[in-house]
This record gives sequence, structure tokens and C-alpha cells, in this order.
Amino acid sequence: MKANTEAIRLSSPNVPVSTALPAGTSAPDFALRSTPDQTVRLSEFRGRPVVLAFYPADWSPVCGDQMALYNEMLSEFQNLGAELLGISVDGAWCHTAFSRDRKLHFPLLADFEPKGAVARLYGVYREADGTTERALFVVNAAGAIHWSYVSPVGVNPGADGILSALEELQNNLEPK
Amino acid sequence: MNREPRSSIPRSKLTLPVANRDHIEGPIDAPVALLEYGDYECPACGQAYPIVKAIQKRMGNRLCFAFRNFPLTNMHPFAEHAAEAAEAAGAQGRFWEMHDRLFENQNALADESLAQYAAGLGLDARRLIKEIQAGAYIERVREDFRSGARGGVNGTPTFFLNGVRFEDGPDALLAAILNPD
Repeated sequence: MKANTEAIRLSSPNVPVSTALPAGTSAPDFALRSTPDQTVRLSEFRGRPVVLAFYPADWSPVCGDQMALYNEMLSEFQNLGAELLGISVDGAWCHTAFSRDRKLHFPLLADFEPKGAVARLYGVYREADGTTERALFVVNAAGAIHWSYVSPVGVNPGADGILSALEELQNNLEPK
Repeated sequence: MNREPRSSIPRSKLTLPVANRDHIEGPIDAPVALLEYGDYECPACGQAYPIVKAIQKRMGNRLCFAFRNFPLTNMHPFAEHAAEAAEAAGAQGRFWEMHDRLFENQNALADESLAQYAAGLGLDARRLIKEIQAGAYIERVREDFRSGARGGVNGTPTFFLNGVRFEDGPDALLAAILNPD
């Protein structure tokens, strides 16, 4: 499947939002702001795995724990060759403040305008709340989704599933 | 630094205390096994500390308590060295004394304080600080952390009761131990 390189522009309101994109699907490309003057594009990371961590909001306690945990796990992710990107509908200035407060060492992307467009592409936008699901995607070096997982919004999904997926990629194994 | 090589934690035992590797209080084959993943600078761990003490007192030899490090070092700038200080004290045979000292002084965990606590416990404080500065226990602390991340530890404190992650707060631990369902 060919990656969609114009994800944001092409995103249609008809994209189904009830389910997260499953393993085997091409990961839709996107470009989102990581700071007020910097943009990160998923396809820039082609050639190595990327972890996309969608979370509902900066500052809420569980997200804080989840992002704090991943922050501590960065060297583990990097040892497995992977990049980590956090994504929520918060704006870039909000992300900047949150990131500084929590001393995060990975980018937080602002799925802010049009709101939740990337989350919709991945099937993890929560229409009723106006936020994203707490969802994880591990994208392989070729840009396909190797593993995805949606956690209950109030539950920190931890890092175990991500590590297992990255280890499978490193060992060229299929997802369990 | 002459350290005993320590075995890593087998996947099957991630959430149970491991003999000869973990710091434990109580017999390794006690009927109840309680494992804590904690951070010496974490306020919630500080609140859990007296609760664990009370449980240990109540249970005596029927409990094996083990502690593994899970420092959130970006959030808690002193947590890593504090964890290493406990390990360094352990190398001098006084892990639990340092562990207690750290939880009882969560607001004073800079290196100078660590040296003071070591001296107060009759340890070789210079050796302890030297080992910390040389990073002698970084790998050990990291292995604890990694095992936690693999075992479902998402924050601190996280307790495992007989190998199963305990989902309720520490306040509910004693009741769960006394009335297993």
C-alpha cells in the first residue's frame, strides 16, 4: 500500500473514526507542528521505526505519567532504533510549556488545526470529547503500521507493548 | 569497582522477588511476596513507605518484601543518585538502612546529604560517593527500571502482590494480603 503523502490536505471527513488503523496498514503521512516554528513530517523518519503515542491532553495526570514514563524509556526506544512522537490536539505553545515543565526529550506534535485531523486519519479521534484516544502505533521502517493499540482513556498503557513491537521489528518477526 | 556480577531478571520472574539478585526483607520463600517499584524522590512512594513498614511489622516472617528502583529522573532530579546510593550502601551491606533513610528524608537527597546519611550509618561515605560518581550502579538501577517497564510498571509506586500487579492504592495492600480472594 502506498503511503498517503498529502495526509492533511487529503483527509476527508468520511474517514471512519471508530477503529484505530490495524497492523499491516500503511501509516498515513502527516506534517504537524512540534513547536510554534518547527514542523515534523512522519515520512522524514522513513528507514527507521517510529512510535506514535496519541494521548488526550497535556497536563492531565495520566498522560503526565505516560509521557514521563516514555521520557525515561527514550534510550530503550533509541537502542531499538526508534523515534518517539507524542501527539495530542493541544496547540504548539501548550506543548512547549508542558514539555518544558516535564523536561521531555522527544517531540510533542500539535494535531491542532484542523483539530484532530491526524487522529482521524489513524482512526483514533474521540468525537464526543474533542480529543484523541490514548492510542499507540508502531510504524516500521517502510512506513507501515506494525502494531497498534488503543488503551482506555484513563489507563496508562505503559511501554511493554511498544518494546515488544520494536523488538519484533528488530528481529524481523511478525506481530504476535 | 569490584562488583559481583548479578544475574538479570528472567522474564518469568519479572514481578516476583529473585533470590541473590533483589534486595529483600523476609524469607525468599515466605507465603506472601510483595515487590515494590519505587523512586526515592516520589512523594507517593514516600506516602507508601510507612504503609509498607506497618505491613512488614504485621506480617513478620510470612512476608518477603523486595524493592526495585524505578526513578523518573527527568521529573525527579535527585532520584537517580538516591537510587544508586541505596545500591552503593547495599554493596557495603546496608541497603535497607539507606533505603529507609532516603524515604525519611525525601526533601534532602543531594549528593552531600547522601554522603551524610552514609556516614551516619557508619558506612564508608567517600567510597559511596566515589562509586556513585563513577556510575557503578547505573546499570543495576537501569535493569530494575527496564524490568519494571516490561512488567507493567507505568508509574510509582507500583506493587506486585505474589507476582500480580496490585491495582488499588497502597492503603488497600494489607487488607488484600490478609483476605486473599
